[in-house]
Amino acid sequence: MVTLTIDGQKVTVPGGTTVLEAARRAGVAIPVLCHHPDQEVKAVCRVCVVEVAGSRTFQASCAHPVAEGMVVRTNTPALREARRTIVELMLATHPDDCLRCERNLRCELQSLAEKLGVREIHFDRLVREVPGDRSSPSLFRDPSKCIVCRRCVYTCSQVQGVGILHPVHRGYETYVAPGWGRGLMEIACTLCGQCVHACPVGAIGEQDQTAEVWAALADPKKHVVVQTAPATRVALGEEVGLPSGTIVTGKMVAALRRLGFDRVFDTDFTADLTIMEEGHELLHRLKNGGVLPMFTSCSPGWIKYMEHTYPEYLPHLSTCKSPQQMFGALAKTYYAEQAGINPADIYVVSIMPCTAKKFEAQRPEMNSSGYRDVDVVLTTRELGRMIREAGIQFDRLPDSPYDDPLGISTGAAVIFGATGGVMEAALRTAYEVVTGRPLPKIDFEPVRGLQGIKEAEVDLDGTCLKVAVGHGLSNAQQIMERVKSGEAGWHFIEIMCCPGGCIGGGGQPIPTNTEVRIQRSKGIYQVDRELPLRKSHENPAVDQIYREFLAEPLGHRSHELLHTHYTPRARYGPPGGKS
Amino acid sequence: MQLQRAHVLVCHGTNCALHAPQALVDAFRRALRETRLEPEVRVVETGCFGLCEQGPTVVVYPEGTLYCRVSPADVGEIVSEHLLKGRPVGRLLYRDPAAVKTVQTFPEARYFQKQVRVVLRNCGVIDPSSIEEYIARGGYLSLGKVLTTMEPAGVVQAVTDSGLRGRGGAGFPTGLKWRFAARAAGEPKYVVCNADEGEPGTFKDRLILEGDPHAILEAMAICGYATGAHRGFIYIRGEYRLSITMLENAIKSAKELGLLGKNILGTGFDFDVEVRLGSGAYVCGEETALFESLEGGRGEPRVKPPYPTDRGLWGRPTVINNVETLASIPHIIEKGPAWFRSLGTPGTPGTKVFTLCGNIVNTGLIEVPMGITLREVIYEIGGGIPGGRRFKLAQTGGTSGGCVTEELLDLPMDYDTMAKAGTALGSGALLIIDDSHCIVDVARSFAKFFMHESCGKCAPCREGTRRLYHIIDGIAGGRGSPRDLELLELLSRTLYMTPLCPLGQTAPLPIMTTLRYFRPEYEAHFGSGVCPAGVCAEPGGSTKEARAW
Amino acid sequence: MGNEEKQCVCAIIARYRDVPGPLLPILQGIQEEHGHLSEAAMHQVAASLGRPPGEVYSVATFYTLFSTRPRGKYVIRVCENAPCHIKGAPAVIAELEKALDIKAGETTPDGKFSLEFTSCVGICGVAPAIMVNQDVHGNLTPSSIAQVLGQYR
Repeated sequence: MVTLTIDGQKVTVPGGTTVLEAARRAGVAIPVLCHHPDQEVKAVCRVCVVEVAGSRTFQASCAHPVAEGMVVRTNTPALREARRTIVELMLATHPDDCLRCERNLRCELQSLAEKLGVREIHFDRLVREVPGDRSSPSLFRDPSKCIVCRRCVYTCSQVQGVGILHPVHRGYETYVAPGWGRGLMEIACTLCGQCVHACPVGAIGEQDQTAEVWAALADPKKHVVVQTAPATRVALGEEVGLPSGTIVTGKMVAALRRLGFDRVFDTDFTADLTIMEEGHELLHRLKNGGVLPMFTSCSPGWIKYMEHTYPEYLPHLSTCKSPQQMFGALAKTYYAEQAGINPADIYVVSIMPCTAKKFEAQRPEMNSSGYRDVDVVLTTRELGRMIREAGIQFDRLPDSPYDDPLGISTGAAVIFGATGGVMEAALRTAYEVVTGRPLPKIDFEPVRGLQGIKEAEVDLDGTCLKVAVGHGLSNAQQIMERVKSGEAGWHFIEIMCCPGGCIGGGGQPIPTNTEVRIQRSKGIYQVDRELPLRKSHENPAVDQIYREFLAEPLGHRSHELLHTHYTPRARYGPPGGKS
Repeated sequence: MQLQRAHVLVCHGTNCALHAPQALVDAFRRALRETRLEPEVRVVETGCFGLCEQGPTVVVYPEGTLYCRVSPADVGEIVSEHLLKGRPVGRLLYRDPAAVKTVQTFPEARYFQKQVRVVLRNCGVIDPSSIEEYIARGGYLSLGKVLTTMEPAGVVQAVTDSGLRGRGGAGFPTGLKWRFAARAAGEPKYVVCNADEGEPGTFKDRLILEGDPHAILEAMAICGYATGAHRGFIYIRGEYRLSITMLENAIKSAKELGLLGKNILGTGFDFDVEVRLGSGAYVCGEETALFESLEGGRGEPRVKPPYPTDRGLWGRPTVINNVETLASIPHIIEKGPAWFRSLGTPGTPGTKVFTLCGNIVNTGLIEVPMGITLREVIYEIGGGIPGGRRFKLAQTGGTSGGCVTEELLDLPMDYDTMAKAGTALGSGALLIIDDSHCIVDVARSFAKFFMHESCGKCAPCREGTRRLYHIIDGIAGGRGSPRDLELLELLSRTLYMTPLCPLGQTAPLPIMTTLRYFRPEYEAHFGSGVCPAGVCAEPGGSTKEARAW
Repeated sequence: MGNEEKQCVCAIIARYRDVPGPLLPILQGIQEEHGHLSEAAMHQVAASLGRPPGEVYSVATFYTLFSTRPRGKYVIRVCENAPCHIKGAPAVIAELEKALDIKAGETTPDGKFSLEFTSCVGICGVAPAIMVNQDVHGNLTPSSIAQVLGQYR
């Protein structure tokens, strides 16, 4: 342990602690900007500087290690002047469109300026003219707002292992962008949106489609149905000020009704259906010497990653569409038929924790209903925006149930929202289908939690099923390399593109970090625990749709509506083209 | 072996090389052939003598006669008069600007009288492409001594005792650095020679490498032995072609003689050196940025600590020393720490190589004991200010150093005294500026350099250096106001204290010092917009600078 | 990228790929050989080193000796740092721009000359100085520019 003095107070902390952390323990929250709780120290914004006795210059407290007897001051006139000057310098080159910025009131630069009492910017405005990028349906980039904190660079390279965002050029001309000024759609971007969570300002965000949804809701000819992804119900509350991980399923449904959606359904229904289809696909592959290991296919960022990075492994992906796309296909066929509505008049909106889903919905092959299966995808954040705009007092809403029949689901579907959930749901069903016996213990703990790569073995009456679970694409990459080397011997692998799974998706409320992911994950497993049905094959609506419409898993109609194929993609396409 | 009665040394340093010295060498060889003197007189291509302004320079030994501004047309006369008849060619002799008389020989010139050549002792004396000439002057003796008679700890001790401090600019004690690296855990360890000289006005490392490349190799091997490293890298500016050629040639011949590579001198010690080139980034002179660049990335500085001696190149313990620092090492080993301490000042023993540039008669390279005054350098060695102009200011330590005025010319130059005076000894660049120049125009040039060379990694430097330029450019353009000087001071305070690396931290130094000594001249540009020196454009108009960058 | 260029890039990669930290030596080799770093060449380098292409671009745009666009046959680098500045660099630069009829950062229409700023290249002893490719020219005045350029025209 090391004892030091911070602002006159003695603090004892373990060696190797940073001054920033030690100060927090002493009750001083030194202002920060480039610092991110889940990332390596960058020490580039220099806002967290402090005075360390004996040092000629100020030191960045986020990086400076404590030492025995060190004397630190965090709040002197010179420090306050330096911090404010640095922030003013950034503001003087930052577009001042805060009122219209997507990150207004959620911007770390803005709140820092407020905290430091910036009332005047002493320097002339010199705005950097850098072209923006709206090439993808999922994300926009506005490098003119980039403050070069490099948090997105870290996320893209280290967390996701995608490595398309880098600082380019030098000096004051530096900004973060893909090479050669390419648009995200021209390169191997997975559109996962994790960079949005990394970005402290409005330099990256989702392509807002709320206007399209408002228009559809206002159109009397349109029958607007909505589906909500599993992970949205434990995150949407954060958009209206509730604590992370609060379960708001019923209020979300009620809010959607207030917004004017004609039917409120649940992606959880098609998640259960996915288990039926994917589970049978796995068993079929196991029995018939099919391509193994089989990978899950619900995560569109993961799919795009595979198409770019491991195109030779596309046959390993389950052919199942994601639950979102299964829902779209069924909404415009099965539901249309049942409700007696012309599918041309049905408008399907998804509420997703995900930015890549916007891209997935636009893939040309996603039209097996004869129409665009899903018309618009909104992120959790966009739904939050609509609720706020409509003035809905969210926390005062009475809980409302989902509509039948596409609103009935099980706990197995809910846990799709957390890493390991698809695997656990699949195992719950596979075990009972194969063995014909009820599960002795329904919870598969080894596949839960935030550990990067999880492995388990399950005995299916003499067949040892070896499974692996990965989340975050760096972990996916490690799994792929082990698959390539042939050492692992896995049969079934779940990959979620985003760290923590969909609860940490790129479309989830800001901030999303490890602490928040843990809370949302707790919420997900609580919803599962509290549901009467927790196994997909026990979902009566699933049973019904097979009886009335699909006939059987992997059947002809399933094949048409619920399964898909994949497209190898280049890592870098020609400029202006699509990769 | 053929004995020769005379040697003709033709400077091949880059500054002279621009006058195509090869033509001079060819002319000498031709003339000697024609006069049948070829067997008796040897023509040698050497490194820099230091008198760059007077180039191309030729020295004829044994007398040491110094000829300046020699052209191929003069060669016939030198051969027929001097080498055949023993009569020096008066019109080509070096003219001492202070004494207004011609001097015949090298040692006679006041330019050389004040100098003590330790680091430069072989520059302009030997053929740098010949390892034999280096060895004949005592080269590689120190390496032999270290490998056969000293323990590594003893070598570190000797360097520590010498009091040698880093000559790259920071003045960190070299022995301490070696000690940290020697004690650091982790293998392999590395020795890196920082030859990424980029400080404006500095060209000492270039000329040392051109004139005496083996000294660096020898020093690196000694350092490797002392610290437990077996691999060395020389990171050198890509523009320094002649230095690169000389180094590569030197490495090759040292390997051939078993002075580098496996089992050096049969002692079992292995040490290899590779040359790596920079690609145009001043910031790579910062040690951690240099590592990043060497590893193949953007040359952006790292956060310190950890320091290079713990985690340097590829995260391994690394000693990184400047060229001039290393060039002192063989002499310290050979002559002992006490000898080294007998030179210079107690706080900063040894000599320092300075480069003289700007408005001074003898621009070029000099080596003097630490503690010499700027006045001695300018007026006795440098020959004073040309063209009847008056001294206005000097910038010491390159563009990242500070400015001094007439009153400070008698300060003894060493790291601590200069720092106390608010400037820096830095790399040893001395830029002399006469009274024809406008301080705002000069400061703008300083600011532009930092704006261009800031790596952009940390916010205060990235934005602040650009601001410094922008504000000063505004003042020069007649758009200034008293508020601008306050902003310059505010920026300077922030830049001095907060950036990640010394580039940003030193950027305000020249600005602050010019503001301290020449505030009225800045103020004269306000309002009525008069540039007292008549350099800046008319008020309100676009400045000459506006188009740049 | 033509086949020939591709092979040449391959050869440069092969020459340096096993040295520690091979990226800069490879890029230097390509820059020297082809006068610039084409996108295709950088992709080739990235693929062979197993690094993201954007990272190679990121590194290339950091250093002033690399160019991502073709440059003139002769690249004239003019120093404008203080030692050259006070010895008359602005007038020399103005004369160069006039003589070549281009601004700094541009290339003559015939592809012969590019004019660029450089930071100090350590020839301050003979300031103001310029480099034309690898050649150094010092003690320049506006009137000596024609003669310097004449050597390359």
